[in-house]
Amino acid sequence: MAVTTVPVVPTTTGATTAPRVQRHRRTSPTATILLLLGAAYCLMPVLWVLIASTKSASELFTTFTFTPSTHLFDNIAFLTSYRDGLYWRWMANSALFAGVGAAASTLVSAMAGFALAKYDFRGKSLVFNLVLAGVLVPAVILAVPQYLLLAKAGMTNTYWSVLLPSMISPYGIYLCRIFAAATVPNEVLEAARMDGAGDWRSFVRVVLPMMRSGLVTVFLFQFVAIWNNYMLPFIMLGDDKLFPVTVGLSGLLNQGATQPAMYTSVVTGALLSVVPLVALFLGLQRYWRVDLGAGAVKA
Amino acid sequence: MSTTVRRRTGAPYLFLAPALVLFGLFLAAPIVYAGYLSLRRVRVSGLGLGSGSRTEIWAGLENYTRSLTDPEFLPSVLRVGAYGLIVVPCMLGLALILALLLDAGRTRVGTFARTAIFLPYAVPAVIASLLWGFLYLPRVSPIVDVLDRVGITAPDALSSSWVLYAVANIAIWGGTGFNMIVLYTALRAIPTELFEAARIDGAGDIQIALRVKIPIIAPSLVMTTLFSLIATLQVFAEPMTLRPLSNTISTTWTPLMKVYRDAFVRNDIYAAAATSVIIALATFVISYGFLKLVGSRAFSQEN
Repeated sequence: MAVTTVPVVPTTTGATTAPRVQRHRRTSPTATILLLLGAAYCLMPVLWVLIASTKSASELFTTFTFTPSTHLFDNIAFLTSYRDGLYWRWMANSALFAGVGAAASTLVSAMAGFALAKYDFRGKSLVFNLVLAGVLVPAVILAVPQYLLLAKAGMTNTYWSVLLPSMISPYGIYLCRIFAAATVPNEVLEAARMDGAGDWRSFVRVVLPMMRSGLVTVFLFQFVAIWNNYMLPFIMLGDDKLFPVTVGLSGLLNQGATQPAMYTSVVTGALLSVVPLVALFLGLQRYWRVDLGAGAVKA
Repeated sequence: MSTTVRRRTGAPYLFLAPALVLFGLFLAAPIVYAGYLSLRRVRVSGLGLGSGSRTEIWAGLENYTRSLTDPEFLPSVLRVGAYGLIVVPCMLGLALILALLLDAGRTRVGTFARTAIFLPYAVPAVIASLLWGFLYLPRVSPIVDVLDRVGITAPDALSSSWVLYAVANIAIWGGTGFNMIVLYTALRAIPTELFEAARIDGAGDIQIALRVKIPIIAPSLVMTTLFSLIATLQVFAEPMTLRPLSNTISTTWTPLMKVYRDAFVRNDIYAAAATSVIIALATFVISYGFLKLVGSRAFSQEN
């Protein structure tokens, strides 16, 4: 829940999060135990899915929860064979929705954020207030009217019906406005203009590179939000070849009610679906420095 | 303040154009359309067969009264209210305690714990519900196993008296780590001088946390609470995923599930639109009221 939709303001400077010197601190067993309990609670379901996906269908409900077995590759092969590799098509769809949607959303947000931060123009405060109102609109409430409107345009049950609504992110615009204000000095824009660069050219050549680390953060937030989204594709798509992995797996779980053998596939599919995001997380950890308070005060 | 480039040009409008077009099509238009639909209804003439026998007419506030008086609406609202009262304080309380523990730096397992607790953020709500859903099944649950061995019969987590907590646990599991990172980042930004003085005066870690650190990161706490509240009102993926594993989750378990059922199972888009508008208004009132209550200047525009 909160996970998919909680956006925040990441820090714009590394300085505020520089490690403090803490040589003289004694360690406290209470702190260690509490943190390890928290870690155990968070890792338990992940550990379970790792072990459960090595079990055969008959072992899943019979052997002890955390006793591993040897059937991981059989399970992956079975899942892959399910309706000619439909599962991998869901994964590819998720990657397409999240990758293209987040890239487009980041560019749209960067352009709008830059305009709001660096230009004076008529209607600026109106646009900014619209963006703020947009932040507070719960996205999932839009899904049903979005569906009805796209149905009128004959666009439901297409990739576009999920991609297009994913491209607008008021919070991304809000963040980009902060990044642009904080990282792009006016002198640099003036210098680019002196060199004869037009507005678009200086945006692409000067502004985007300066905002880069902020844009990576916006991209990651949007990527996770789209990858984790359930209601929008669930409502928009009818053809299961277009499903992202979240919708596909919950459909498989439904089938499990009548064919318990499907449960092994659901569990294996859940494990495989988590791998890309976990890799993205561990690989890009330094971009996950989120400082909501500082951003709100600075903004 | 002159932080902006003052020059009369069409450039800012061109930069804003894609955002404004998308905003109009996928945010503003659906809201307006939902508002319009919520005031309409279908009139069936004759037997309702053939084209022309079903016409759309104005309905006034009929859909709203129908939605608000639906016997299943109030229970779903109360359920989400109770769910929010469990999730928001538990999730943010845990996140705050863990962030303070990490920030106090009195442990060698900090990096490991931080990564492990943040990990659930990478797990989509649907997948998280699926994992916990299996762990709730008595035949799979290790907790039931352990309790069995000491002779206690564990309650069924998916039975009607426990299912609310079961769903809340999934949300807490998924959200704690992310909020912890937000609060931890804010804590790291506090200059050391601010509490070193207190430490020299003999204040312990707990006193420093209560008197210095928590007041300073109050803006972050306000924002995490606000976004958690908004997310709570939208709960949909978790109960929808758990439904096949439990017969205690009805099709109208949360208000948003009712919207879905009305729109796509009953084809009553007018009732669905009215309920959507009610949820959107409630969200605005609650988030605005919360910001007023704490007197926050979050989202202020000065730069």
